[in-house]
Amino acid sequence: MQRVRLTTKDIVYIALFAALMAALALFPPITLPMLGGVPITAQSMGPMLAGAILGARRGAFSMLLFLALVAIGLPILSGGRGGLGVFMGPTAGFLFGYAAAAFAVGYLHERFWRGLNVVQSLLFTVAGGIVALYAIGIPWAALNTGMSLTQMAAGSAVFIPGDLVKAGLTAIIAVTVKRAYPLIHTAN
Amino acid sequence: MTPIHRLPAGTKLLILAVAGTGLVAVDRWWGMAVALAVTLGLYVLARQPRDRVMAQVRPLLWLLVPLFLVQGYMEAWSLAALTVLRITTLVLLAGLVTLTTRSEAMIEAVEKGLRPLARFGVDPAKVALAFSLALRFIPVIARQSAEIRDAQRARGLGRNPLALALPLIFRTLRTAGEVADAIEARSCVGPDTPDDGPASAP
Repeated sequence: MQRVRLTTKDIVYIALFAALMAALALFPPITLPMLGGVPITAQSMGPMLAGAILGARRGAFSMLLFLALVAIGLPILSGGRGGLGVFMGPTAGFLFGYAAAAFAVGYLHERFWRGLNVVQSLLFTVAGGIVALYAIGIPWAALNTGMSLTQMAAGSAVFIPGDLVKAGLTAIIAVTVKRAYPLIHTAN
Repeated sequence: MTPIHRLPAGTKLLILAVAGTGLVAVDRWWGMAVALAVTLGLYVLARQPRDRVMAQVRPLLWLLVPLFLVQGYMEAWSLAALTVLRITTLVLLAGLVTLTTRSEAMIEAVEKGLRPLARFGVDPAKVALAFSLALRFIPVIARQSAEIRDAQRARGLGRNPLALALPLIFRTLRTAGEVADAIEARSCVGPDTPDDGPASAP
């Protein structure tokens, strides 16, 4: 991982990816029958994509910027939600986890950038986009509602198949984008 | 404008933080009901219409109702009521801060809050640039995503996630490159640039 400061170009990528996250809120959720009716929102793929395409630091910052824009009051969260209120509910942990998830996904993608293939990308995305995200989301939800970790984990299990689909899509996208826009490990 | 609107953003955020922490200490459901009533009273004070309250609570119902039922049945109804009331109060209180604070004031408060981090290498100019770029390009990228959706729908790929995501991502990355070049070109001061900036060059 580079230890240099963020360049102007980095800032632009961060800002535009945050804007992209906002635009993803406009896509209606997709319901795949194999998932038993649990909808997948386009926006929830954002942290995975941010990490896999922009890398750890820029990906994490783009998510933080997006969350700051939500906090300011812009209705850019899936469903047109926004404002500080969304950070107070039980699902807010999954929002806070966006930055950590992007960082984890990005770190793994940077580490194994050379010769990255879809299977690796899928593994990294699952590790960062699912494991790291739930590691923050579930404890927060448990604390917020006063329920136990096991109860929360059990309740959240229904979303895992959908998340795996998202991770698969992200892996395909990451490898495809890498061929045209290898942003990681290039001199800016 | 109501007195709540006039309060500085930083003050409101501080009050929210204190209230949020304080509410955790309330352990009786009727105490929380009082807190909720106070919050709703603040909404009246801030002259917010009733549907603004409902608009914030409605997205939570899919979660709050099952939560109330499960927790009430498995543990205690008073605990379930406490939990649901607390979440509702916190969400509404935070929402009130958002409703009574202008975006610019919030951004200012965020930047002021980040200033002490400057010694750790956080550049306030870059933070400001990031915010303004993101704000300016949300409508641009939203429009691009609508165009792509229409184009792919015409091809029968309207529900294919890859057909929607890949073009949009490529487009965003290309736009980012162009914007970065434009910023660098504009800030470039060469030997022929007059003293009042590149824009006034013949």
